[in-house]
Amino acid sequence: MEAIILIIVMLAKIIGITFVITLPLIAYSVYAERRFAAVIQDRVGPNRTGIPLTLFGFKKDISFFGLLQPLADGLKFILKEDFVPSHVNKFFFWLAPVLTMVPALVTLSVIPFGSYLFREALVIADVSVGPLLIFAVASLSVYGITLAGWASNNKYSFFGGVRSCAQMISYEIALGLSVIPVLMHFGDLNLMNIVEEQAKNGWLILPLWGEGLSLERMLLWIPMIISFFIFTISIFAETNRMPFDLPECETELVGGYHTEYSSMKFALFFLGEYAAMIVGSALIVTLFLGGWSVGFGLDAWVFETCGNWAGLIHLGAFLVKLIAFILFFILIRWTVPRFRYDQLMKLGWVVFFEAALINILFTAVIMARVNDHLVGFPFWAALTGVIIFSALMFYIAKSLERMLASDSEKAADSAN
Amino acid sequence: MAKVTKLSRPTLTKSDEIYLIGIFKGTLVTLKHAYQSVFGKSRGADGLKSSGLGITMQYPEEKWDDELPEYYRGAPALVTDEQDRERCVSCQLCEFICPPKAIKIIPGEIPEGDTWAKVEKRPQEFEIDMIRCIYCGLCEEVCPEQAIYLRKDYSITGTSRAEMVHNKEKLYEIGGKRVGLVNKWNELK
Repeated sequence: MEAIILIIVMLAKIIGITFVITLPLIAYSVYAERRFAAVIQDRVGPNRTGIPLTLFGFKKDISFFGLLQPLADGLKFILKEDFVPSHVNKFFFWLAPVLTMVPALVTLSVIPFGSYLFREALVIADVSVGPLLIFAVASLSVYGITLAGWASNNKYSFFGGVRSCAQMISYEIALGLSVIPVLMHFGDLNLMNIVEEQAKNGWLILPLWGEGLSLERMLLWIPMIISFFIFTISIFAETNRMPFDLPECETELVGGYHTEYSSMKFALFFLGEYAAMIVGSALIVTLFLGGWSVGFGLDAWVFETCGNWAGLIHLGAFLVKLIAFILFFILIRWTVPRFRYDQLMKLGWVVFFEAALINILFTAVIMARVNDHLVGFPFWAALTGVIIFSALMFYIAKSLERMLASDSEKAADSAN
Repeated sequence: MAKVTKLSRPTLTKSDEIYLIGIFKGTLVTLKHAYQSVFGKSRGADGLKSSGLGITMQYPEEKWDDELPEYYRGAPALVTDEQDRERCVSCQLCEFICPPKAIKIIPGEIPEGDTWAKVEKRPQEFEIDMIRCIYCGLCEEVCPEQAIYLRKDYSITGTSRAEMVHNKEKLYEIGGKRVGLVNKWNELK
């Protein structure tokens, strides 16, 4: 009997979180992208799609600001011809779209969408390896893009695939390293516990209540901000969003890795990209911005007054933060022009990699000093060590940069 | 041998190199545009008769008709004079000059007893294929009787090819009456 209840609860969570919350959110983030882009460019955007009452003899259509546009888009994708060129590798051509969409949706399983609804946590899998699982599964999505580029048997697509592969591998390092200080601070890999900790003691980059006002948190604030920056920008690169959307840049590579795709297979790539964006934003919100917590010490009050329904309020708070972050993604996309490829690689390997490494060491020293594990001479020795290490890293970065610059100069000379 | 001049890239200041300040300024610019277009304050919105969202005029509901200039060349149409006489005398000059050959005229004689018998001819059929018409205005220019004019109608639509051919009735309906032009056939001269 208990097993059946467990299964029913699990199914309800899976259906609720994936099909009721995330999939519509994906569809509407496409709509939001189009409307927001239009408004930025002094246009109107899709504002017509609604209920076509004129088809049934009424005077006017009901348009709802075009809110039914995602439905029309989906219908269009389903009805379009699913064209498979004769020169592609069929098996991988079919596999690739699935490999981009599925990892993005699988990573949703460990993201806590809210607190407790009738003592049931609003997270599909409350596992103790949350961020690790996300990194492990999300890195699979690079296979989808690379295989798509390779299986298309088309030079432009292949370039897109190769670029995406190199980009994702480089930025995964910065992503993984930048999150280590955060995990060191929490000492926990369960995302639910991380959020509860933040609800009690202040969000990671907004420590304004609870223990957040302690000296340790104040000192740790600087490394956490650096982590936040590196993590956010790496998520941009990881999800192939605008300043880093080199795998599919239209101006150079036609359509990039999905040039040969049409119909629902293209839609899967498209939705996979947006799903990755949503999971990325959710991860940033969970780790740095307090996840579902309302914040400002109000969570205890919410639990008291709402009792079993507190989960819904927290779900709302989480969605508000998530949507704000998605809008931020969109804003950046329509603001920043695309990076050049060597600049992108330089940013990943020369700037973020070193910065993340130094950040980890500084966090460690600060934590050890504040908790009185390192006092007197060992502390000063460690601090000097970290500073020497940073200087070394800086020197390496500079010399790498000089080497790259002279290389490109030579290439330019030989081209002349 | 052409002379090669090497151009140097502009040097970046430290704040340019950090890049984040530039991104922040850029976001402010885009946000300002977003704010302006939502509240209908975009630059040029008034002059372009904006719908209040960006600078876009939303077409079928809002139209540019009042702003069309005097010399606007829309659909060609036939006109009658103040005594409701068909001005066209079927000389077929427009048919011959029409570059895309959109005009087809079948001339017809005016019978003996008619008031306008001395004009001799009027079109029995006058068809303009609006799929072919390029709105060049040569028909208007060549007409010795000032019987064909380019009006301001631009939204010529139809669901079949046959519907897109304007016949004589339709042409007079668009053209209407024009007074005080050529008066050699009536007593007003």
